[in-house]
Amino acid sequence: MQQKMHIEVTSRRDVLLGMSAATALALLAGQAYAQDAKGPASAEEAIKLILKDTKPTDAKIKLELPEIAENGNTVPFGVSVDSAMTDADHIKAIHVISTGNPRPEIGSYYFNPLSGKASMASRMRLAKTQDIVAIAEASNGQAYMTKRTVKVTIGGCGG
Amino acid sequence: MAELTKPRVKVNNSAKKDEVLEVKTLISHPMENGQRRDNAGKPIPQDLINLVVATFAGKEVFRAKLAAGTSSNPYVAFFFKATGSGDLVTTWTDDAGKSISDKQTITVS
Repeated sequence: MQQKMHIEVTSRRDVLLGMSAATALALLAGQAYAQDAKGPASAEEAIKLILKDTKPTDAKIKLELPEIAENGNTVPFGVSVDSAMTDADHIKAIHVISTGNPRPEIGSYYFNPLSGKASMASRMRLAKTQDIVAIAEASNGQAYMTKRTVKVTIGGCGG
Repeated sequence: MAELTKPRVKVNNSAKKDEVLEVKTLISHPMENGQRRDNAGKPIPQDLINLVVATFAGKEVFRAKLAAGTSSNPYVAFFFKATGSGDLVTTWTDDAGKSISDKQTITVS
């Protein structure tokens, strides 16, 4: 991941200096351009922003994803956390992070006791085969984290 | 910026008291992630639906912050507790601050 970031940054500078019309460079520059726009640039950074100093366990949280995604443009997923969802003990948030997309954030989902269940489903874009990380934050300060690998046959993200 | 068109929401409109209901939502939107370029090589600016908020009887029950990794025509499913009869209002907001809402009336017997 670190190495990939480095390559993208260098490529952007090259493009800015040379204004080369080469398609490959233009694509890499596009990625670097978007990373500057908004949000954390890497999955590590995104995870650190959520967890801060909390040590997560892998209990209670379930991430549902297909093992193989034929089309990375739309990959169904669901995250659920086993919780009573009472005022004293509930899940506040679930975050879903990609480790292999140009931008790591997929979505953050917020719950309260009126949600009844800490469970959600949506569809994500995946640029390539990678690990997906789901993190849940509980009202008592605990965090739960899990990870799954998805094989992607055709990548999404317009790349 | 893409126009926000009528979203689709699927939920049981009748429930028992305190029943937890599943809500399935879908809205048409390109979810332009800011990564792509047009045929002339110009970057296509980011245009996302970045927020989906659901309230029931005026109280928030679910909130989703969507990022670039969410697919186009975003599908979001969630749950809420039908504490009594009331309206489930779901609102989608895009990067330009435009929003569109859907209302479903739930009757608790």
